[in-house]
Amino acid sequence: MAKIIVVTSGKGGVGKTTTSAAIGTGLALNGFKTVVIDFDVGLRNLDLIMGCERRVVYDFVNVIKEEATLNQALIKDKRTDNLFILPASQTRDKDALTQEGVEKVLDELSETFDYIICDSPAGIEKGAQMALYFADVAIVTTNPEVSSVRDSDRILGILQSKSRRAENGDSPVEEHLLLTRYNPTRVEDGEMLSVADVEDILAIPLLGVIPESEAVLKASNAGVPVILDTEADAGQAYDDAVQRLLGKELEHRFLQVPKKGFFQRILGGR
Amino acid sequence: MSFFDYFRSNKKPTSAELAKERLQIIVAHERGKRTNPDYLPKMQQEIIDVIKKYVSIDQDKVSVQLDSNEDCSVLEVNVTLPD
Ligand SMILES: Nc1ncnc2c1ncn2[C@@H]1O[C@H](COP(=O)(O)OP(=O)(O)OP(=O)(O)O)[C@@H](O)[C@H]1O
Ligand SMILES: [Mg+2]
Repeated sequence: MAKIIVVTSGKGGVGKTTTSAAIGTGLALNGFKTVVIDFDVGLRNLDLIMGCERRVVYDFVNVIKEEATLNQALIKDKRTDNLFILPASQTRDKDALTQEGVEKVLDELSETFDYIICDSPAGIEKGAQMALYFADVAIVTTNPEVSSVRDSDRILGILQSKSRRAENGDSPVEEHLLLTRYNPTRVEDGEMLSVADVEDILAIPLLGVIPESEAVLKASNAGVPVILDTEADAGQAYDDAVQRLLGKELEHRFLQVPKKGFFQRILGGR
Repeated sequence: MSFFDYFRSNKKPTSAELAKERLQIIVAHERGKRTNPDYLPKMQQEIIDVIKKYVSIDQDKVSVQLDSNEDCSVLEVNVTLPD
């Protein structure tokens, strides 16, 4: 039985796809057979972030419509063992995903995979609800900014009332907060909500804090999930988040403004 | 309160503090609405229709509110009758 994880946010552009690629890769690196599914029908992007855009032949909708088998549509990652991608359709609209169709695909994947990561589209409507419906775990991706925090709270409401677990009266979806694009300097200057502020408001356990980082753009330019950039702060922060997801207790890093070294101070470097 | 805090407390809130305050208010408000059962608007309409059979009232002179605490829920119906 696979564990189904949805990466969701409400608000668009907060880092869901970046996170899905990083966490999916991280779980696979830890030996778990993992598939990342792009639920953003019509706006496929996960393939690009994971660097497999030229290998897409069939997609999620083809499988649901039985125009292709799951094995034909799944793309095996070239860099990381145990990692697969199921791309979204580029041409169809969101109505192409039906609940029964999605359930059938997830059931089939469940037989052989350990983790299924669902990269949700933005919004709180049908597409986002489809991505979270079958989830066991939710990674609520949030930026330290008012509209993102508010939308995350609305998504939490949907997880608690409209997920399969909620409808069946099962134990609730496990909720995790992932704060991304965090800028400690601006927090220190009182210009940005702090980790504690966002935790106070959303009141769910903190999975990780991903700093605003140049490494993320570099990674997406190259089509390499940022978690593979082990030198970068964001890569390390995602790795910590994966370890916590797997049950390890680690202290949160990158919350403070990095102290300037002696030479940097003298030379006035950044 | 330290000497420095005294001066700080007179300063206006930072923009992050303002953001947090506004978020706390709106999120609490939206959570309150979220727990209302789906049937509430329809029930409100039906209550109004029943009252209208006997007294002529304005739609907006009726308020229906559901408050819940730990051990019970209270349905409060307020109707302002015409003189
Ligand atoms: N930690 C970070 N530091 C810097 N830039 C980031 C970070 N996380 C994400 N970004 C940038 O933010 C943009 C949006 O990221 P991403 O596509 O992952 O968001 P999304 O939530 O999937 O968007 P959508 O809602 O459109 O699907 C990208 O340009 C990405 O490079
Ligand atoms: Mg995305």
